[in-house]
Amino acid sequence: MTSFVLNGKAVQTDADPATPLLWVLRESMGLTGTKYGCGMAQCGACTVHLDGQAIRSCVAPLSRAEGKHVTTIEGLSPDLSHPLQRAWIEIDAPQCGYCQSGQIMSAAILLKENPKPTDNDIDEAMSGNICRCGTYPRIRRAIHRAAAMAAEGRTK
Amino acid sequence: MTAAGLDRREFLRASAAVGGGLLISLYVPELELARAQSPATGGKVFAPNAFVRIGTDEIVTVIANHSEMGQGVYTSLPMLLNEELEADWSKVRVEPAPVDAAYNHTAFGIQMTGGSTTTTSEWERYRKMGAAARVMLVQAAAQQWNVPAGSCHVEKGVVIHAASGKKASYGSLANAAAAIPVPSNVPLKDPKNFITIGKKVRRLDTPSKTNGTAQFGLDVTLPGMLTALVARAPVFGGKVVSFDASESLKVPGVRTVEQVPSGVAVIASGFWPARLGRERLKINWDDGANAEISSTKMLADFSSQSASPGLVAKKAGDPVGALAGAAKKITAEYDVPYLAHAMMEPLNCVVDLRADSCEIWTGTQFQTGDRANAAKVAGLAPEKVQIHTTLLGGGFGRRANPASDFVMEAVNVAKAAKAPVKVMWTREDDIRGGWYRPMWHDRFAAGLDANGEPIAWTHTIVGQSIMEGTPFEAFGIQNGIDSASVEGAADLLYGIPNLQVDLHSPKIGVPVQWWRSVGHSHTGFSVEAFFDEVAHAGGKDPYQLRRKLLAKQPRMLGVLDLVAQKAGWGKPMPAGRGRGIATHFSFDSYVAQVIEASVEKDGTVHVHRVVCAVDCGRVINPDTVTAQMEGGIIFALTAALKTEITLENGRVQQRNFHDYPMLRMFEAPAVEVFIVPSEEKPTGVGEPSVPPVAPALTNAIFAATGKRVRRLPIRSSDLAAGAEVKS
Repeated sequence: MTSFVLNGKAVQTDADPATPLLWVLRESMGLTGTKYGCGMAQCGACTVHLDGQAIRSCVAPLSRAEGKHVTTIEGLSPDLSHPLQRAWIEIDAPQCGYCQSGQIMSAAILLKENPKPTDNDIDEAMSGNICRCGTYPRIRRAIHRAAAMAAEGRTK
Repeated sequence: MTAAGLDRREFLRASAAVGGGLLISLYVPELELARAQSPATGGKVFAPNAFVRIGTDEIVTVIANHSEMGQGVYTSLPMLLNEELEADWSKVRVEPAPVDAAYNHTAFGIQMTGGSTTTTSEWERYRKMGAAARVMLVQAAAQQWNVPAGSCHVEKGVVIHAASGKKASYGSLANAAAAIPVPSNVPLKDPKNFITIGKKVRRLDTPSKTNGTAQFGLDVTLPGMLTALVARAPVFGGKVVSFDASESLKVPGVRTVEQVPSGVAVIASGFWPARLGRERLKINWDDGANAEISSTKMLADFSSQSASPGLVAKKAGDPVGALAGAAKKITAEYDVPYLAHAMMEPLNCVVDLRADSCEIWTGTQFQTGDRANAAKVAGLAPEKVQIHTTLLGGGFGRRANPASDFVMEAVNVAKAAKAPVKVMWTREDDIRGGWYRPMWHDRFAAGLDANGEPIAWTHTIVGQSIMEGTPFEAFGIQNGIDSASVEGAADLLYGIPNLQVDLHSPKIGVPVQWWRSVGHSHTGFSVEAFFDEVAHAGGKDPYQLRRKLLAKQPRMLGVLDLVAQKAGWGKPMPAGRGRGIATHFSFDSYVAQVIEASVEKDGTVHVHRVVCAVDCGRVINPDTVTAQMEGGIIFALTAALKTEITLENGRVQQRNFHDYPMLRMFEAPAVEVFIVPSEEKPTGVGEPSVPPVAPALTNAIFAATGKRVRRLPIRSSDLAAGAEVKS
């Protein structure tokens, strides 16, 4: 039995601890916002947070989550209020949308660690996330916009 | 509407919605008769053909007959309808249409999404639906108030009688409106009165794409559903001789392993056991006829084939004579590889097959064909098969498969599974799964007059036909010429008096398919890069020579001049940078681009800036047009700089994003998009930004380095200091 905290709630599963976390989240926990793209940590579509770090859940065995906090896109905010979600909507960043959960989860760690990222910082933090629709220019804009929104929030 | 739409007798019909409200449907007498007589419906007439549902709760649901794969149709179709309906936009929702002939593409005659044609197909129909509903709602209010309908107007979902101050919401009128006869031929608005069309509207689907609630095919779950992976032949067309599943069946969660026409299906409780089970399968394959295929050898074969002309697709003047008499002659050969679509969401399909029904959930671009093909496999009438179209995690043409490969396979697996089943493709399955953009070879010769201007142009194309053997063959192939092989070449816009474009269509056992911009994805590159060679050979500025030869093409000239001005053509740049220019006409839209690039000593290419001008007729949602230009440019840069599918011994040599790499954030240039205002009819935007990218880039590399790239993807080894470009 593996126990961890998923989006703030204690959960348990009897899935094989070697199973990649991605499939436990999607198939056992029913949280399908985290996507499969490559299965070898090449594309970032499966990005989630493990104790505040961005990880690729397609290659992280379930056992790595034991006793830890896992946050998925569903747990980022209850009501689309996270600055990244607001900025994504304002700028209409997604096209097909399939990679965007992973993009947002990577960007969330970037902003947490670096509230005012430069373009180079964004390149460094976001180059593990592929977007086949080519929304990179908008994702870049949206991250800058979210950083500004978060800064406004802090000064209020 | 197009001729196909007008040929069919079609009427709008209103009915009461289940649970109250107004439905506006398309009524086609022939279809209705067929339904009434069909044993599949037991003679019961139903009407799954609504385009809009107005609920008593004020919610306006627009039914989208085209698939949403990122191109924004789940916003633009509601915009078209609501331009006439004028409901409160915050109450507008969208849902996918079921499969029904009422939803057929107005030009293609089947229900499908492709060819950058959603707006051109639906531009009139969706507005007509909205207009009819509005007129009926107004009529219902006027009857209630006992006033002339003409004295009422609408504002944001409310009918208003200004003289009396009476108001009624659409929701409160919906039931009464359902009893009103449907008006015929409601005049559509004069475009100068548009309130929504042409203005930036935020996408309806973005919120669901930022919190994980957007439902793609991969996200569909049914009670008792199993998950399957199929082991497919390592060589296209290969067959299973025998297999040993004993090790697979030992994996906890693997339920059964079954042979299906496309290979061996491992059917399990979830993805991971299915994958482990598939890894442990031992299969003895008969490789069949394609085990010798080598793309290296094809490259040489295509080149030698191109030395003699093929079937003539276009001829003007006397190209041979003009070439012979030219003051200067240049020749060149261009190559592009097979390419996989590599949508971020790998293919998948959920099937619930019962004795007398088959329900399918998948992200498809090809509903009519998929339903017919699924019905054949299921042994059911097509009416017994329903397809629930989910969001598509990218399409790029792959999900409009003329053979319904992933849908038919999934129905076959469902037959074997005897339970609802989700068939998934891994990324490796996707990259190795075929249905590629064909490999192409283009051989050119041009003759220049004494002034350095081209007077003769010959172009021989070698590559597989996409449409041969598909339901599209009848209209897509004329006199042996597949129009998708020569598009963008045979319809050259440049005024060159002596011209020939001809085609060889070798038969090769690698399945090929449309890939974003189809034939234009090679002709855009080769034609525009060779045109640059012609300009330089004649000592001409590539922009000015284009201007001169496009004198009779005002709309292309418009985008060309706009892009040159915005890019600062001819103005100084940082040292080491080159600027390249290209144009291309595709999907009835005009695009011109300028790219600034530089090349490091080791041959690494940097794309600094892309400037794009587009004329796609009247624009529905300008931000969508901009997004499609941006996205198409990034997509095309991946093809220009990174990807190729190669085969040796019949086996595909790439398998995942490490060896089929995508452009990433740090490589994505600044993209500037400029839209030419137009009152012409709307034309394509999903694909037209792709073709000019590769030539604008290779022309920029030539400007920066003097090295001419004639083979994609661009190889840094060819561009490194001291290297000779191979072609």
